Amino acid sequence: MTELLSAPLNPAWAILAAGLLIALLPWHAARKAVMLIAPIVALGFWLKMNIFGSFGQMDLDTIGAGLTTFRFDGLSRIWGLIFIIAAFINALFALHERDRLTDTMSVLYGGAALAAVFAGDLITLFVFWEMTAFTSVFLIWRTGTAAARNAGIRYLLMHISSGVLLLAGAVLLHAQTGSWAFEHIGLEAGLAGWLILIGIGIKAAFPLLHTWLEDAYPKATITGAVVLSAFTTKMAIYALARGYAGTEILIYIGAIMTVFPVFFAVIENDLRRVLSFSINNQLGFMVVGIGIGTTLGVNGAAAHAFADVLFKGLLFMSMGAVLYRTGTAKASELGGLFRSMPITAFFCLIGAGSISAFPFLSAFVTKSLILAAAADEGHWIIWLVLVFASAGVLEHAGIKIPYFSFFAHDSGRRVKEAPWNMLVAMGIAAFLSIFIGVNHHWLYSLLPYAINYEPYTFDHIVGQMQLLLAAIFAFALLMRLGWYPSEKRMTILDVDWFWRKPGKALGRWFYAIIARLWAFAMRGLDQFFGGCSAVLATIMRPDGGLSRALPAGALAGFTAALLTLALLAVYMAS
Amino acid sequence: MNAVLDAFIALLPAWTLAHAAPLLVVSPLLSGPIALMLTRGKLAWAWALLISLATLVFALVLYSQVMDHGSVTYAFGDWAPPLGITYHVDTLNLLVLLLVVFMGVLSLIYGLPSVLREIAPANQAAFFAAFMLCFAGLLGVAITGDAFNVFVFLEISSISTYVLVAMGGGADRRALTSSFNYLILGTIGATFFVIGIGFLYMATGTLNMADITVQLQGKGDDRVVRAAFAFIFIGLGLKTAMFPLHTWLPGAYAHSPTMAGVFLASTATKVAFYTMIRFMVGVFLPGSVFDSAILLLVLAPMAVAAMLICSVQALYQANLRKILAYSSVAQLGYMLLGLSMGTAAGVSAGLLHMFNHAILKGGLFMAVGIFALSYGVRRVEDLRGLGKTMPLTAAGFTVCGLSLIGVPVTAGFVSKFYLVSAALERGWWWAAAAILISSVLAIFYVGRMLEMMYLQKAPQVDGKIAKGEPVSALALAPLLLLAAANIWFMFDASLPKGLADAAAAALLGGGGL
Repeated sequence: MTELLSAPLNPAWAILAAGLLIALLPWHAARKAVMLIAPIVALGFWLKMNIFGSFGQMDLDTIGAGLTTFRFDGLSRIWGLIFIIAAFINALFALHERDRLTDTMSVLYGGAALAAVFAGDLITLFVFWEMTAFTSVFLIWRTGTAAARNAGIRYLLMHISSGVLLLAGAVLLHAQTGSWAFEHIGLEAGLAGWLILIGIGIKAAFPLLHTWLEDAYPKATITGAVVLSAFTTKMAIYALARGYAGTEILIYIGAIMTVFPVFFAVIENDLRRVLSFSINNQLGFMVVGIGIGTTLGVNGAAAHAFADVLFKGLLFMSMGAVLYRTGTAKASELGGLFRSMPITAFFCLIGAGSISAFPFLSAFVTKSLILAAAADEGHWIIWLVLVFASAGVLEHAGIKIPYFSFFAHDSGRRVKEAPWNMLVAMGIAAFLSIFIGVNHHWLYSLLPYAINYEPYTFDHIVGQMQLLLAAIFAFALLMRLGWYPSEKRMTILDVDWFWRKPGKALGRWFYAIIARLWAFAMRGLDQFFGGCSAVLATIMRPDGGLSRALPAGALAGFTAALLTLALLAVYMAS
Repeated sequence: MNAVLDAFIALLPAWTLAHAAPLLVVSPLLSGPIALMLTRGKLAWAWALLISLATLVFALVLYSQVMDHGSVTYAFGDWAPPLGITYHVDTLNLLVLLLVVFMGVLSLIYGLPSVLREIAPANQAAFFAAFMLCFAGLLGVAITGDAFNVFVFLEISSISTYVLVAMGGGADRRALTSSFNYLILGTIGATFFVIGIGFLYMATGTLNMADITVQLQGKGDDRVVRAAFAFIFIGLGLKTAMFPLHTWLPGAYAHSPTMAGVFLASTATKVAFYTMIRFMVGVFLPGSVFDSAILLLVLAPMAVAAMLICSVQALYQANLRKILAYSSVAQLGYMLLGLSMGTAAGVSAGLLHMFNHAILKGGLFMAVGIFALSYGVRRVEDLRGLGKTMPLTAAGFTVCGLSLIGVPVTAGFVSKFYLVSAALERGWWWAAAAILISSVLAIFYVGRMLEMMYLQKAPQVDGKIAKGEPVSALALAPLLLLAAANIWFMFDASLPKGLADAAAAALLGGGGL
């Protein structure tokens, strides 16, 4: 009995088993109890792991692979913990929701992401990688609108392709090395390395592969968006950190990721979509950290992923609560909600402060690791890009989100405060965000590598405050002078106070051109695909050219033609 | 497992052991006319089932003999091989024989309720008679070691297949045109095949397949041999439904009686595929110039075209059995792709996929047949809510469907995995890519059906969910058995994989071309 208790237990099994149980439980209360208890059990499993190692070996003779289902080491430890915490917060936030399908899928989804993080080989990783796609898509579909349905199909297509690329790369890698183990891969592995990188890149929302994120997340259900924001992308960051630490191209990919969503977020009216762009931007910081690949860089990526799950979840929860009470998350239709939802507004401000890296809040102690890693390695241009992107974060996530929903022009909406379970869930996330910011040594002790970094230095605090205060001052000045655009759809497009200096005109011109080119390219692609699918439909329909029953004579002629081809091939061969 | 089999075989009389090979073919062949004379449908069914169980015993005897001795050769009338007709069982055709026998037994068990419903009482006995002839013909093609004999049995199985398909004409008039189309094309294919055999006889002076291989040594440049090869390739290509010679298949599978559809989909093209392997890398010398040319220039492109085009075509179909039929053509593309690699790994993967596809496609056709019997389901949108109203059948369908996609924890994953590995080993990136793309297409055409079953609401009558006819346990049991087999062979594929590996190694040695 004691042996059983001391044996290493994979926390993912607790959550996956709970998911299966929930699928069978017909009672709402029982399902919710299981949803809340499962992460606690998983946390217990996690806590009693006092050694690193690989456990849960299985042999799959049919394809000659030995599987490792539970690898517990520095990297998977911290990801495992944050996924367990996220599963608990998500369950709490969704406590009021009476929907067996959503309950089942969100728990299985979290469990699959956790299992993927603990996977020690590429086959296990692939299985759970695909499982996250198949389970999470229901969180999008459950909204029930045609738009959500179509977005879900596009989402599924991207994510299945991601898994297929991963598997293809894994098979290739196995052909080269004879091993299925998931260790450092890198681009040295040739085609296999590229295939797996692109497969991971889809889930990590690399530029040009990112469209599913901003497309699908805002269309998910209220609770679904919160769940989605936690797992998929962070799982991909884990896989990158495991397989591609120190791959230089990631530095540039990450830098682009931090910058380009800022522009889109600035002009976006749907606040949940703004947050989706913000996910993309935060992922960029982590990708840069992994690309730098020093122990400080990877530590920074891990720490920032940890913090991001909390504050991004918090922001998604607060917008979810607003959407739940008012029925909209559009900036132009909200405003003044602090009067009726003061607690939600407070938690939203904590989240906004955390993502903007205010001192004593989480991102201040995590993002700075990545910036310091960039500076240590002499990537000054990248460092400047990251600083610029940090300011952009403050604009779109730090100010725009709370300002337009809770303050600004009063929309006249008087609604009830968010339900208690949502408030508690937000409270836990807010507390943890502050806890990390204040007690950073606790988080640093969980990082994959030993760390010797002190975020609370005079320079760092002053530098960060200069950046933040300048942005807030600019904002306040504009408000005072009445130049700040009111929150209408069109005027939001003009929120460009950020680049008020000479760069402004150039930036606008540049943006306009890009937007036009983009629209042109999209229209062209639409026409191309529309044309293709029309042609396909005419050929492939049940009564279409290819499927029509041809007269037997024509078929006989066809057969003879093929015989001629075969005879020619046979005679020509020499 | 083997100990139980040995104990069982020890109980059998000596003559069954000595003559298992001919008995396997002759007993169903003779049982056909007797079934016809029984005139009553149920009686004929019981008789056919009895005989098919007997063939199962003979097949198991052959299995144990091949396991002990490597191969079994039976010379008719004790005429020594090059002169007389021989039956020859080795690991290659043992796999096919076991498949045909098992699927024959399962189809018979499954088929009674559907035959009683779909076929006019006066024709039921005739249906089972035609079925037994088809069964005997397929076994004969697989077991014989004589090239002309292959043609004879091919015709026996084909002609009875035309009859089986045409018998669907009572319920679905399109069965008649489909049968006619198949008749014309099948006859052309058989003619090409027999012309090829004639050329071979001209060049070698023998009809024994093993002897032909010996006589062909050093005749690689002979134009007659080359022409024979092309004719046999196209003739068998037609029978295998190699793209673009597949046009007879969707109609024949979609409009035939349910039981015939189940049996044909899981065996007929598989036997033809076996024959293709036997001739293209067995009888003709593997590695000869023209062999490689056909494999690379004709077979591989056609296989890839089938995998991609027919998968898209399946995506666009509305009729359920048409979807499955087009998917079959695409899956045959996978098998032919394995053969076209010309390596032991490729042929073995193709054979394994043949086996897995037979058990999964048989299961899918069974499930669709049960849906049709119970709710009259014909089209994709009719599947609405069946996950709730017919949970067991839907579960069987789902497992087989996932296996068709190649989802891990189902057998389909294993064979696709080996196909991709074989393609990569051969250096064919494009082939591996085509397998993956075609699998993604399969996700969508299967997913479309699963979505209807599980996410759409069942149609309602007066506010209540419509009730269908109860499902017969006789029809359900074989389906669930096949679904379980699809999961079993993911975790323990030693039987099919062992036979396929041994067969491929015997044909191509370790390295291949």
